Amino acid sequence: MVVPIAPAPLEHLGGVLKHLGERFRLPVRLVMDHGIDPAPAYDASRNQYYSSFLLAALLATFSHHQGKILAITGNDLFVPVLTYVFGEAQLDGAVALVSSFRLDERFYGMPENKMLFEQRLIKEAVHELGHTFGLIHCRRFDCVMHSSTAVEEIDVKSENFCPECEGQLQSLALAKV
Amino acid sequence: MARNHKSSILVVDDEFVVRDSLTKWFRQDGYRTEAAQDASCALRMMGQGPWDVILLDIKMPGMSGLDLQKRLREIDHSATIIMITAFASVESAVQALKEGAFDYVTKPVDPDHLSHLIQNALQQKHLSDENVRLREHLTNLISPDELIGDSPPMRKVVELAKTVAQTDTTVMIRGESGTGKELIARTIHVNSNRQYFPIVPVNCGAVPESLLESELFGHEKGSFTGAQYKRKGKFEMADGGTIFLDEIGTISPKMQVQLLRVIEGRQFTRVGGNDQIKSDFRVICATNRDLEAAVKGGAFREDLYYRLNVFSISIPPLRERRSDVPLLTQHFIKKYSTAMNKPVTEMDPTALDLLVKYPWPGNVRELENVIERAMVLANPPSIKPDDLPFQLGQSHSVPANDTLDAIERMHVETILHRTGWNITRAADILDIDRVTLYNKIAKYGLKKP
Repeated sequence: MVVPIAPAPLEHLGGVLKHLGERFRLPVRLVMDHGIDPAPAYDASRNQYYSSFLLAALLATFSHHQGKILAITGNDLFVPVLTYVFGEAQLDGAVALVSSFRLDERFYGMPENKMLFEQRLIKEAVHELGHTFGLIHCRRFDCVMHSSTAVEEIDVKSENFCPECEGQLQSLALAKV
Repeated sequence: MARNHKSSILVVDDEFVVRDSLTKWFRQDGYRTEAAQDASCALRMMGQGPWDVILLDIKMPGMSGLDLQKRLREIDHSATIIMITAFASVESAVQALKEGAFDYVTKPVDPDHLSHLIQNALQQKHLSDENVRLREHLTNLISPDELIGDSPPMRKVVELAKTVAQTDTTVMIRGESGTGKELIARTIHVNSNRQYFPIVPVNCGAVPESLLESELFGHEKGSFTGAQYKRKGKFEMADGGTIFLDEIGTISPKMQVQLLRVIEGRQFTRVGGNDQIKSDFRVICATNRDLEAAVKGGAFREDLYYRLNVFSISIPPLRERRSDVPLLTQHFIKKYSTAMNKPVTEMDPTALDLLVKYPWPGNVRELENVIERAMVLANPPSIKPDDLPFQLGQSHSVPANDTLDAIERMHVETILHRTGWNITRAADILDIDRVTLYNKIAKYGLKKP
């Protein structure tokens, strides 16, 4: 389930859903009407949204949902000890969250690049969902599960799992079944 | 660094959100991560360690992060600690760095910076651990020849040496020539914190008085005829390590004054130089002379004696620990069997009996020389009585009609023969200086074969 939280990059969600379906070989659906208000997660002193708070709201809202839940927002996210995060996920849990705020080239003073933006969004979506399946960060720089703390690192890695992570994903998913 | 399951991180912070977000962050990187909310919890968690990296909040209720850092270091000196601080307490972070913290981060921290910081900290930790392992390996490689001896007196000597090694105390080693004083000095050195720096031996009795000053303190170019280049002295070379002053009882009164000064001040000037040179060295000295008598007789300065004789170790002569002779014999047989590639592996019981009964005036060094010689002559697989030097098989009674000179001649000749005409060794055994020995060689017309 993909849950956009306003302001979400709606024009790119189609591409993200398509890719997630192919990558995880699972049905993916978009849920627009969820009633989650990001305002309580807003920290005025940082002008950012507390991602763990949003994850908690997702869990509360979709407590009966059996599958994985990925929220996508255009808000800038943080956890208190870090200046920002691209996203956050429950390791081996149900929910994940991705921010598109810092994936936009315009944030870095560059001209808009929609294709690059969507590629980055897909990579981060796959990465955070990978955590919900129990995958941890991978040492291979081209694996989508490689840790990225800067947007350049997102660009370096691919949209795909490396064979090792792919194998782990399969065995972890099978173990759940 | 991700998916490194061996690396572990402990987060100590009183704020739940910080603990929660950091543990989640690090677990996604594959680290074993736990969190502690305060100092007492952190101290308990140390029992679940060792932790490769500890992230420690500076400001916590109760014991502060700075105080906790000290306690944690007491428990695990090698822990890599990174302080977490708010902007306002950078001064505290600097204090923490001075007290050995690896680094500090201010909240909120840039994730990229934190990621690299953790990787660097772990890399340093792994290098440090590897360094310790290599040093342990190196310690084995640089260990001196094994101290052989299972007799109670030797066990006591080794125990004393290893005990005093842990301190920086000046040590005086006493014992007859050939008992292994330098071996004990090396044992002390390699068991001390100075083991990775050199041990510099100086045989004060073997260096002519005129050169000893230069030998010990070095000299500047042109400071005397023949001094074409600047040269570092033994004290300078021993910086960080140990200087072993053998035959300390032989040095002149003038040199005694200089030695006292350098030992007290740990600084000196090279011969012909003006610059004060500082050196951090430990002093171990050795003598086979009765220094107390020399002090009473005025030949050795009392103040220097007390400065050197802080901790004394006396090595018993071999004749007082005859039970060690078979063990030493076997050790030397094995040593020379390997060196000579000769399959001699044992000592005939009759020959061994001769060795045990012999008084060994030259002590272990003499025994080693005897075994080395016998190994050359022996037919494998064992050393027979005939392979031993003639004097071992004979009674040591002195011919009744010989004059004192004749007896002295015979004895000097015997010792020279036994030491292979090594003048220093022979002089040692005879307990005379080299000049006297040369005089006696000339007097009796002895010639090297």
